[in-house]
Amino acid sequence: MADTVVGANPDPHAAGEDPNRRDFIHIAATVAAVGAVGGLAWPFIDQMNPAGDTLALASVEFDLTKVETGQQVTIKWRGKPLFIRRRTGKEIAEAIKGDTADLRDKQTDESRHKPGKAEWLILVGTCTHLGCVPTFGGGDYGGWFCPCHGSVYDTSGRIRKGPAPKNLEVPEYTFLSDTKVKVG
Amino acid sequence: MSGHSNYEPKTGFERWLDVRLPIVRLAYDSVVDFPTPKNLNYWWTFGGILAFCLGIQIVTGVILAMHYVPHVDYAFASVERIMRDVNYGWLVRYMHANGASMFFVAVYVHIFRGLYYGSYKAPREVLWILGCVIYLLMMATAFMGYVLPWGQMSFHGAVVITNLFGALPVVGPSITTWLWGGFAVDDPTLNRFFSLHYLLPFMIAGVVILHIWALHVPGNNNPTGVNVKSKADTVPFHPYYTVKDGFAIAVFMLMFASFVFFNPNALGDAVNYVPANPLVTPAHIVPEWYFLPFYAILRAVPNKLAGVLGMFGAIAMLFVLPWLDTSKVRSMRYRPTAKLYFFIFVATCLVLGFCGGRLPDDHVIPKLTTFTLLDADLNSMVWLSRIAATYYFAYFLLILPILGLTETPLPQPESISEPVLSHSANAPAGAAASPEKRG
Amino acid sequence: MLRKGIALAALGLAIIATPAMAATTHAEPKDMHWSFEGPFGKFDQGQLQRGYKVYREVCSACHSMNLMSFRNLGQKGGPFYDEKYKNPNDNPYVKAIAKDYQVNDIDSETGDVVQRPGTSADKFPNPFPNEPAARASNGGALPPDLSDMAKARELGPRYIYSILTGYEDAGPNMTVPPGKHYNPYMPGDMGAFWKGSAATIPEGGFIAMPPPLVADKVTFDDGTKATLDQEAKDVVAFLVWASEPKMEERKSFGLAAMIYLLIFTGLLYVSYKRIWRNVSH
Repeated sequence: MADTVVGANPDPHAAGEDPNRRDFIHIAATVAAVGAVGGLAWPFIDQMNPAGDTLALASVEFDLTKVETGQQVTIKWRGKPLFIRRRTGKEIAEAIKGDTADLRDKQTDESRHKPGKAEWLILVGTCTHLGCVPTFGGGDYGGWFCPCHGSVYDTSGRIRKGPAPKNLEVPEYTFLSDTKVKVG
Repeated sequence: MSGHSNYEPKTGFERWLDVRLPIVRLAYDSVVDFPTPKNLNYWWTFGGILAFCLGIQIVTGVILAMHYVPHVDYAFASVERIMRDVNYGWLVRYMHANGASMFFVAVYVHIFRGLYYGSYKAPREVLWILGCVIYLLMMATAFMGYVLPWGQMSFHGAVVITNLFGALPVVGPSITTWLWGGFAVDDPTLNRFFSLHYLLPFMIAGVVILHIWALHVPGNNNPTGVNVKSKADTVPFHPYYTVKDGFAIAVFMLMFASFVFFNPNALGDAVNYVPANPLVTPAHIVPEWYFLPFYAILRAVPNKLAGVLGMFGAIAMLFVLPWLDTSKVRSMRYRPTAKLYFFIFVATCLVLGFCGGRLPDDHVIPKLTTFTLLDADLNSMVWLSRIAATYYFAYFLLILPILGLTETPLPQPESISEPVLSHSANAPAGAAASPEKRG
Repeated sequence: MLRKGIALAALGLAIIATPAMAATTHAEPKDMHWSFEGPFGKFDQGQLQRGYKVYREVCSACHSMNLMSFRNLGQKGGPFYDEKYKNPNDNPYVKAIAKDYQVNDIDSETGDVVQRPGTSADKFPNPFPNEPAARASNGGALPPDLSDMAKARELGPRYIYSILTGYEDAGPNMTVPPGKHYNPYMPGDMGAFWKGSAATIPEGGFIAMPPPLVADKVTFDDGTKATLDQEAKDVVAFLVWASEPKMEERKSFGLAAMIYLLIFTGLLYVSYKRIWRNVSH
């Protein structure tokens, strides 16, 4: 290392150098360092997302013959309750009647079940207020009643009274056959 | 060394904060403005590399703890779930497993650098001892971490190491039972090891802060071992050493990454991918490579208690080293005789590591049976370990104390700048011609 | 009861019969090569499919793979990965394979143990209900789980290939105990079983597994000729994949990381040299 200048206070920004080129390399190195940290940060963040085995259980198949008319079966889906309700003719009629009422979250009953399958109502069983599980058949509308803060849902799972802002969520599901649904 | 601070708060907020909590001043004085000898070579970058390693281990470790289950029935499967199902889990786990090895690579270089350049001598004894404490904590952490995957080597390694304490007279058996929390290494042991494995790195981080504090009182040693005399001998830490350490860390990362991505299991033992089975010991039980020299010393001694004492004594040597070396000259650059013994010492440690990885009865020279001396063939790993272990202790207990009184060191330079000046002026004034001069 | 007793006795024997300092030897595994080796190595999907078939039709009769689920077969890099089905649970091929198996479940109404067809989320079924049962059916030896096999042995792939293809008849000088088979690649100590001179004790040991593969043991769907060598190579590839299903992801990530780090290191070096340019040191 045969350097020429020896100073008491060496100056890295020595004179006689194009300042743009001089700074560029330091800036580039700094940017690359930030990039390296960022590149490593992503895997460290992504590891908190659902893992492969968790995702594998993200869909369930359910045999509908287990549900009697006027009853509801609750199963666990993605760690949350899933309501599978087989509605009576009266309940369906009430739900359709409700289409014209003053709804907070406007939706027709028709849009909340699969075409031609008005009997089957499949909903995520967590109150849209703060996530409690509403009780079956409670409240003024014969749908559900949430014991935590008094939200009332009708027989279509639409919010009618209380603090919840939205209707009970309809998950993504398909009928594999007349007696079998796949949720998720 | 830095008696006063050159920090000048620039903004109103900095002035406000500086009166209440001078944290920016602290950072400025210790990593920006800190006067550092300008002749530090690449061996000095390993301090920064070690800080990087500790950071990586803590971050990846905290992540692994999010997915790991410390239970004998689930530990192995949970680690495999990290490898197979967790997003980038393979990356995090391989970084952590190989990171432990990288950490030890760096710490060994750092220790040998200190030994060579006399960084343990006055006024840096406390700095050195704190370093030894960090090393001990690292070994405890690494050992307990290795138990967590609950493979065959994890389990039987834990059995062997915890049984070492059984060698202590009177209290030995009670201590092992206490360590286990039962009658053997089992679920309680795994749980407490997990808890302590999580705790110790933060204790290491604490001692590292003390280590840096103790460094900043006398300032860095340097390759000449001569004290800093004037401002001309130093440069501010930033940008000179931030960029140099940064470069060294990047090179180190290249090596690290080549293991993580292309040879992630090279440093581990294949048997640890077999789930722990308390009923069957693996045919060949060895610790991870970084413990092999101590393992060789343990096995070199035929008596259990003496073997354990020998192993811990080997580490204890480091703690008392500042008072064993009688030489007034710090750097071995000016101690040609000591330098020779030092390189033999380095080779001895490597030989011990080599012996630790083999069976005691393995031949050193293949297929040559000589004669039996006491309990083993002379051409065996156990005898090689004994010779090496003898030199290991002699180096600390005989060579360094005596040599300091008898040797004639080469003339040392007046100041750090002097050999530097003469070097650049191509005047081979004694010291400047030393071959290990770099950077 | 008797079977259990035999199994336990054999287990006890196995422990006693393994002295700590045995002169264990084994032949150096055969020098074989696969497409997945090296920093750019990738699995050959056709080979993985053939290998899975060998596992399913031969190995799985005795060996579990507890860490594997059917969905793994359809994940990226797996034997039946199909770009159309990013979610391996939807892969029809994987679903069809899973459906062929009956797995235990609990009837949600009666609480009875029932059997239902497998789904892609199910684990590979274990051929035996528990370890004693596995030992009892295999003369006291436990067929090891194969999930991690390629990583759990030194030189994993070469070792497995050598075992599968390495069975030998050691000649009249060797006394082979009943239910055991000589294999030079299996670590062991033949001293006690060798009647010839001590200098010619063969390398290797006994293995409880009879030679599992012979030519045409399976019929490959892609028309590849099912020689012993081909079956062994393919099943090894499958086992390596199963041990390290993220290997391809690791290597491609690693390549990008190395290139990035090289550039980064270069930049830092230039930056370092510039900053130090005027310092004599």
